[in-house]
Amino acid sequence: MAHAATHDHHDHHGAPASFVQRWLLSTNHKDIGTLYLIFSLTMFFIGGAFAMVIRAELFKPGLQLVQPYFFNEMTTMHALVMIFGAIMPAFVGLANWMVPLMVGAPDMALPRMNNLSFWILPFAFIMLLSTLFMPGGGPAGGWTMYPPLSLQGESVAYVIFAIHLMGISSIMGAINIIATILNMRAPGMDLLKMPVFVWSWLITAFLLIAVMPVLAGAVTMLLTDKYFGTNFFNAAGGGDPVLYQHIFWFFGHPEVYIMILPAFGIISEIIPTFSRKPIFGYRAMVFAIASIAFLSFIVWAHHMFAVGLPMGAEIFFMYATMLIAVPTGVKVFNWVSTMWGGSMTFETPMLFSIAFVILFTIGGFSGLMLALAPADFQYHDTYFVVAHFHYVLVTGAAFSIMAAAYYWLPKWSGNMYSETWGKIHFWSSVISVNVLFFPQHFLGLAGMPRRIPDYNVAFANFNMISSIGGFWFGASQLIFLGVVVHCVYFSKKKAADRSWEGAKGLEWTVPSPAPHHTFDVPPVIHDDELAHGDTSH
Amino acid sequence: MTSGGIRRSVTAWAAAACASFGTAAWANPEPNQLNMTKGVSEWSPYALHMVGFWVCVVIGILVFGAMFVAMFRFRKSRGAVAEKWTHSTKLEIVWTVIPVIILIVLAKLATGGLTSFADTTGSEMTIKITGYQWKWRYDYVDYKGKGVDKVGFMSKLEESSDRTRQLKSNLDPAKIQVDGYNTYLLDVDKPLVVPVNTKIRFVIVGGDVIHSWWVPALGWKIDAIPGIANAAWTNIKEPGVYRGQCAELCGQDHGFMPIVVKAVPKAEFEQWLTTQQDEAKVQKAAQTAQTAPAPANQG
Repeated sequence: MAHAATHDHHDHHGAPASFVQRWLLSTNHKDIGTLYLIFSLTMFFIGGAFAMVIRAELFKPGLQLVQPYFFNEMTTMHALVMIFGAIMPAFVGLANWMVPLMVGAPDMALPRMNNLSFWILPFAFIMLLSTLFMPGGGPAGGWTMYPPLSLQGESVAYVIFAIHLMGISSIMGAINIIATILNMRAPGMDLLKMPVFVWSWLITAFLLIAVMPVLAGAVTMLLTDKYFGTNFFNAAGGGDPVLYQHIFWFFGHPEVYIMILPAFGIISEIIPTFSRKPIFGYRAMVFAIASIAFLSFIVWAHHMFAVGLPMGAEIFFMYATMLIAVPTGVKVFNWVSTMWGGSMTFETPMLFSIAFVILFTIGGFSGLMLALAPADFQYHDTYFVVAHFHYVLVTGAAFSIMAAAYYWLPKWSGNMYSETWGKIHFWSSVISVNVLFFPQHFLGLAGMPRRIPDYNVAFANFNMISSIGGFWFGASQLIFLGVVVHCVYFSKKKAADRSWEGAKGLEWTVPSPAPHHTFDVPPVIHDDELAHGDTSH
Repeated sequence: MTSGGIRRSVTAWAAAACASFGTAAWANPEPNQLNMTKGVSEWSPYALHMVGFWVCVVIGILVFGAMFVAMFRFRKSRGAVAEKWTHSTKLEIVWTVIPVIILIVLAKLATGGLTSFADTTGSEMTIKITGYQWKWRYDYVDYKGKGVDKVGFMSKLEESSDRTRQLKSNLDPAKIQVDGYNTYLLDVDKPLVVPVNTKIRFVIVGGDVIHSWWVPALGWKIDAIPGIANAAWTNIKEPGVYRGQCAELCGQDHGFMPIVVKAVPKAEFEQWLTTQQDEAKVQKAAQTAQTAPAPANQG
């Protein structure tokens, strides 16, 4: 930690004093990271509010609160806001904060573009959310926007423009991350010495660059079909509605890995720290992420088993999808092996990480079942699928983000959060999220389709249990907000530079809170300081 | 072991698994139902579903078990000291190869299911299904090699459900019952009538947007897409009333376009079909009678 002494310990040393200069015109990776994280937390609560409307309407049979069309707007907006507004920006925010600190770079490679890619997002979401207040309402055709249904909406142009903006933001963010990782690593930080989190983001960034333009193409074709008389997806004009689904899911499947690979990276940082033992099978972990990323490009039609594909296509996509279980299994086994023989403590980040491994694996199990095409003829578009993707996205992606927040908050804020309240948040969340989503497996298997505002009385009990879990989970996240606000502004407990006993990696060699500028002089890399141990053997 | 042997042993395993999970063959959703229906058709994904389920349960017990042992044994508070090892090629090969073997077995079973599902040959009857916002249309195309003349009708949510499901109707969904089953949102004005023990081919299309025709007891759903004719088949083994719903978001009343299939013995079906055809003829005659004098009046 000799080089840490070369840094100024003053808070925000070198940060512009004026608010506008500091936040609106920021080119600093830490400030932009903070902006991303605040934005994503805001969107998490807005998307969560939509989910509360959904669960309230589904509390019991009969329509009590909202019209079916508004219900469809809620399911559509909940998905768009959570995917593009909460999960993705949270990971980009974490990358902004942590990637330069982890590879020993002074900042991101392209700081002005970094500013632009963040500041596009609020405008994109204001535009998207404003459609809810317009005559004709917001998008109600599902987040996948399948034509012809999505073209019946009045808000198509707004939604598509918003999606274009989000796509541009993501692509710029991805280019920035790749440029930073490939060009700005400190001398001695070889690719195979990088933390797994950095690896996971390098691969994710390539996925983003590959598929966001595909989404842009798909929605642009929707736009021209709606307003300029083209017939890409209009059967009556010689087009093909299924073509849209192929293009959409060619984006959509890599997209779901965009939302989970950085989570794998986070968990691979946290479990070794609190096990006080290096990550098991570092190279296998990196290779597994790369294999999953590659496979994600050749499995898209497993979202379409029920559209009536030729049998050969169903078989190909089924086999390819099942293959993903192998590298994913390797990751889970390696996390367990990292814990085995360790010296474990269970602070909040570790609790969230352990919950991630168990609950994400449950989501993986239902994923394996869904991959079996004949069984998918039953599961498809039911609550079984809803349960599956919420296990991987809420207890997977969102839990990993919360784990990361608790893990790095001391580094960001310079203060320790309240461990007691962090644990209360954890236990409240982990119990309620299972009350919320586990019964949805039963509902789907019993025959309840997804995206319906009302249901038969046979589905009543599990829906009520699920709704209670939903309100409880939603309320639990207010604890999270409280813990974060308390930590940043009110906590008296100062964080050490190395905030966790077992923490390794460059980010723990700089002061807490991390000063405005770090690594003006590239750090010297000591192999035994790396989170995954010495790989030179 | 031959592949037949594998399939037999897996089927036996699945059967044992089912026995422990409850044996009822649900025709319609039951209150608190936990598992998928076995279905009433010759083709069913139920056994595959159960094999997949138990594979996951076993792997889950092993992995989570190991995790909990680790969390108990290797706690710092129990004085555990971290070991130094970071990899084991032997172990990593083992837990790559074992999943591959399990997947090959699952893939073989699933491929068999797909092949039989895709085979619509030898069907004795064809019904065309069209999805509309927000009702279904059924047209009987042929039966036992003979064309069916003008038998087709719309099938939509029956009236009491429709009244009850209006926002703030204050009507009780629990009161809508047929034969002791709650049929709220699962009953129609005119069901699809089909014969049992007959291989029926469905041709499924969408009239406006994409819908999906799904009756859980038949074991599958398939999308009804404008401009594309999808095919699927069933061969129902037990007479009964089987209920389902549209499974692809199709607009505001997506949740209110149920499907009811009434499977009856062959003789009863043939009688029903004759009546329908006669009615169609009478209607046609009445229409011609109405339209025929028109030119005379004008003349």
